[in-house]
Order: sequence, then C-alpha cells, then structure tokens
Amino acid sequence: MNQRVGVAKTESKWKLSRELVGKGVTVAVILGVIAFVLFLGYKKHFETRHYLQLAIDGIRGGSIYALIALGFVVIHSVTGIINFAQGEFVMLGAMLCATIYHSDLSLPPVLKLALAIVLAVAATTLIGVVLERITIYPARGSPVVALIIITIGATITIRALALLAWGTRAKWVPAFTTLEMEDLTFRFGGLIVKAQSFWIWGAVAVVLAVLFYFFERTVMGKALRACAVNRRAAQLMGISPSRMSLLSFALAAALGAIGGIVLAPATRPTYDMGLILGLKGFVAAIMGGLVSSPGAVLGGLILGAAENIGAGVTSAGYKDIVAFVILILILLFRPQGLIGGGERAVEEG
Amino acid sequence: MIRETGWGRYRNYIGVIIFAVVVGLVPVLAKKYVHVMTLIGIHSIVTMGLCLLMGYAGQISLGQAAFYGLGAYSSAILTVKFFPWLSVQMGQPDLESWWVWPWVAILVGMVFTAMVAYFIGAPILRLRGNYLAMATLGFGIVVHGIFKGFGLDFVRNITGGGTGIPGVPRLAIGSFAFWPKEIYYYLVWATTLLVLLLSLNIVNSRVGRALRSVHGSEVAANTLGIDTDRYKLQVLVLSAIFASVAGSFYAHYMTVAAPDAHSYGFTASVNLLVMAAIGGLASIWGAPFGAAAVILIKDTIRDVMPKLLKYASGEHEIIAFGLILVLIMIFMPDGVTVWLVDAVRRTRRRTA
Repeated sequence: MNQRVGVAKTESKWKLSRELVGKGVTVAVILGVIAFVLFLGYKKHFETRHYLQLAIDGIRGGSIYALIALGFVVIHSVTGIINFAQGEFVMLGAMLCATIYHSDLSLPPVLKLALAIVLAVAATTLIGVVLERITIYPARGSPVVALIIITIGATITIRALALLAWGTRAKWVPAFTTLEMEDLTFRFGGLIVKAQSFWIWGAVAVVLAVLFYFFERTVMGKALRACAVNRRAAQLMGISPSRMSLLSFALAAALGAIGGIVLAPATRPTYDMGLILGLKGFVAAIMGGLVSSPGAVLGGLILGAAENIGAGVTSAGYKDIVAFVILILILLFRPQGLIGGGERAVEEG
Repeated sequence: MIRETGWGRYRNYIGVIIFAVVVGLVPVLAKKYVHVMTLIGIHSIVTMGLCLLMGYAGQISLGQAAFYGLGAYSSAILTVKFFPWLSVQMGQPDLESWWVWPWVAILVGMVFTAMVAYFIGAPILRLRGNYLAMATLGFGIVVHGIFKGFGLDFVRNITGGGTGIPGVPRLAIGSFAFWPKEIYYYLVWATTLLVLLLSLNIVNSRVGRALRSVHGSEVAANTLGIDTDRYKLQVLVLSAIFASVAGSFYAHYMTVAAPDAHSYGFTASVNLLVMAAIGGLASIWGAPFGAAAVILIKDTIRDVMPKLLKYASGEHEIIAFGLILVLIMIFMPDGVTVWLVDAVRRTRRRTA
C-alpha cells in the first residue's frame, strides 16, 4: 500500500487523468446500456409502471444475491478464499427447510414452518463449519489454485449428496403468509407485489441489522474485522485466524441458508439451484469490490433489478446472460468494484 | 535448465514412442476397449491444455468444456448446415472433393475458439486466479446456454436446441475414410501423441520456463522482464485450441453435437478439472492417465449406481469426483501419478 502511495505522488497528474478517462468510459458504457434498454423497451411499448414492476420483482431475487454476496465478502476478506460452495448453502437451506416442513411431525403448520426454518439454518451452519474443518483447514497455506479446486470439489460433493438425498424433483415450501402454495398479492396502483416479497425484504433488513450490530458492537465481530484488515497483526493481538476462518464459514453458511429459505416459497427449490445463484452472488460481490459489505448488498439489488429489466425488454432467455455481461463489463472497466474502493482485484505486481 | 546429455535428452521421445506402441496395440489385442480408449484420447488432448494452463501458467479455467463445445459445434454447424448450403449457392456440389470440408471446419473451429479465448482472456487474465475461475465458470454456463438455444428461436435454429445437430459426417482423406472406429482410433491417438509431444516441448522450452516462473512468483518473473500477461494469454489460447480440436474429433466420432451437460456443460468442465488433478496439474504425462481414470471411474459408477439405488439417474459420479478433488488437493497436490512415482522411489530407497 505504501508503495502505491509513493507512486501516486510522483505520477499523480497522470493517474488523475487516467482515472478521469476510466470514469468517463464507465459512465459512457452505463449510459449506453441504459439507452439501449430504454430503446428495446420503447419498441415493446413499455410504460414506467412496467419498468417498476420488473424492478420490484428483480429486487426480490436481488435480495437473495445480496445475502450470498455477503457470504462471499465475509469469507474472502477473512481467509482470502472465494468459496464456490456459497450457492450450495442456499440450496441446502431451501431443501432442508422443505424436507423438515413436509416431515410427519404432528404440529400446527405455523410451528412446523418456524421449526423447519430454525433447524434448516442451524443444520446449514453446521455443514458450513464441518466443511471448513475438513477441507479448508487441512489445506491452509496452499496456493490459491489448490484452494479454489478444493471448494469446487466441496461444491460438487454437496450437490451430488443433495441429488442422492432428494432426487431431481423440485420441492416446495409454503408461502409464509398463507401457509399454502398460493401467496397473497397486494396491488399498489398498477403494481403487483407478492406477500413473500415483504418477507424476503424483511429478512434481509433484519439480517443486515444483526450483522451491523455483530461487526460494530461485539468483540467477536470486531475480531473478525481485525482479521480481515490484517491477519498477521490480528494474530499478534491474540486473535486466532483459524477460529475466525471457522466463524466466517459459519456466518456465510447461515446467510446463504436464510436466503434460500425465504426464497424457497417464491421458486421451487431443486438440488442444482446453487450453482447459478452462487455465480450471481459472486457478480454482486465484485460489484462491491469483494471487500465491501454495503457494496455487496447494493450490488445484489442492482444485479437483480438489472437482469430482470434486461430479460423483460428482450426475452426470458437472456436473463442469465445479463448477469454474465455485467460480470465481464465490471471486470473490464471497474475491477475494483462499482461502489467500493477495494483494489484487491487487480494483481499488483 | 541444464542441457541434458546422452540418452536423457531423448527421454521424452523414447517415452512417447513406448506409449505409442502400447496405445497402438490396443485395437489389435483388446478390441472391446477401442471405444473407451478413443474417448480417453480425445479427453487427454483437452486435459493437456488444461495442465499447461493450470499447472504451468497457474490459472484456473472452469469453462474448458465450453471451448471443447465450441470446437464440436463449429464442426457440426459448418459440415451439416453451412457448407452444404454454400455448395448449393455455388452451384453443383463437387462430391469428389467433399472430404476436404470437415477438415476446413476443424481449422475454422480452432481459429474461432482461439479468438473467443483471446477476447475472454485478455481482460480477465489481468485479474487474480479467483476471478478467472468465476469468469470462466460464467462463460461456460453462457456458452452451454447458447448450445441449448436459450429459449430463443433464432439461436435454436443455428445450434439445434435441445436435440443438437445430428448427421456430422465421418472424417476422410480422398476415398479413404477414417472408419470403422479402429481406424478412427488411430487418427485420434496420433493427434493425441502429437499434442503430447508439442506440450512436452513447450514445457521444456523458453516459454515453459517463463510459465513456471509465472507460477512460482509472478512479481519475480515480472521484474526479470518476463511479460507474464502475454504468456498467460498465449497458454489460455493454446489450451482453447487443444480443446477445440478435441471437440471437433468428438463431434465427428459421435456424428452429433448435442448439448447435454456431461459433454459441454459445467459437469464436463469439472470432469476435465478432475482429469488434470488426478494426473497432476503440472504433469503433461499425467494427463492421459487422469483422463483414463476419470472415464473408467465414471463408467463404473454409472454401472453400479442403478443397482444400489432405484431412482439413480444423472450425475452421481460427481460425488466421487468431488471427493477426489478435495482429497487430491489436500494430500497429493502434485497429482496421483506424481505421488505414485514418488512413493515407488521412496520405498525403493528404503529397501536399497
């Protein structure tokens, strides 16, 4: 970092102009994309409320990406690892919740659902902890390539176990409001919002509040942040990096599980849902530069809205491509993230 | 690197010749393994590219199956759809020289795939390993989506949608057809051995040493004046070309390019990763053995699983592959083959 400051001083003029050009290009690309989207929408005779509707539906999915992205950020900032299994935590949360809810417990549905939610989060967190202990811990200190391959191995193992346990058929979780498959819908003006959307937004808000409290007000949260800032210094202060790594995986698994559970009533969860969700969560995370939690959340919401609007003005088939195009555009023009000043992305050397 | 003298200099060539003799005897001595061995040869080509990329350039690709698929689809689209259309446009099709076009298609596929790899790699390779992995994963998913047609009619018209493109012709030179499969087997393995020789030479060349230095420490390599980005990009493009050739051979072998996940999707990319990991990421010689191990394990699991579970269909073999990946990376990061060789050496030293 110090070296960079020195370089910046001597070449500050150059750097400034280069940064300005970079920003100009970024803005131009964003404006170009927006203009193109509006043009396509105009051809389809879209009105403002169409865009709003698409954005609202998109932000619902985007909230889940935000939770996944937070998991990426927590693990990456503490351990330096990109955890490919992040999306699988979402799948596990949703599938476990569905399984427990449909078990033969003789309880009223409300209690059963509550129990299913609590147990699913707890079980997924436990899986995250076990995963860290049996795969990441023994390989600590390995090169990045090896660690990435390990988390990929873990990902496909979890996926295959899920296939063994649940088969290829989709499961269902009742909508939280009605406790049935059909959900309540509210109408505001011309906009339609499902009740489950409010549950999703509520859950994300609560999770963010709890996380904020955890990171800002508790000793453990501060230790985690210290570890993210400087591992060696944190270790010298008596913080165990190994325990913090474990904690980050537990946290990320719980975040993923909560995302999966609130999402489950809106989509039918399947054993292979984790991969795409994980990839989109990663895109959201790098929109925040992979180091910023608020950036990751904002990235998730923007990505959700953008892909839904993009698919809306073109065709549903383009939905996954939008996320990939955003990924490539960010890697090209803003590898440090749209929002954050994180500069870890580009290899320094 | 010190120049070796005497017979040691020709170690790789002697190895390749012995390997060629063993492989060449398979259709004569063990006819029933020809099909499996052909698949192993095709996948070895892709895996060697992946080994160069991961083991020597230290970069991860989770979208290698996409390059493989681009080769297969280039061959299929050009030979089934485009060239016949072109010959109709040009007037009377010249049936005598028709055999040339599949080879042209393979070349076009190679160039096209190389260009795609270049344009994907140029921005991404500036980034850290993590990013390349995710970006190639996304790239792989999108390309596989394009093969499946994306639910868009005009894409489906080109790629054939879910059914793919049947009717890919066999390869031939003049009136000599590379068929039945015993003859095609020799074509595939001749190519595999060529790629093997090429890869071994690259590893032992100036480029190979530069790549190893990139893997060791990129900063150090940079300060020594090695243009690390250029080398990384070149290897990515080369590995994509290998994958494209293999994909073309696969399409001509199966006479179809169909978009199932086991051939060109995420599962396929992971399979390739496992092949490279078993053989050893930095071991070109390991690649054919890694490919063989994965294909044999997959076949065994496909045979055994339905007997154990009543609804066992689909990608159960990936459970084994997941565990293999984790175990190898933790306990034998140099690959099983290297680990075995070392183990033999160790015991020999102990007994001696």
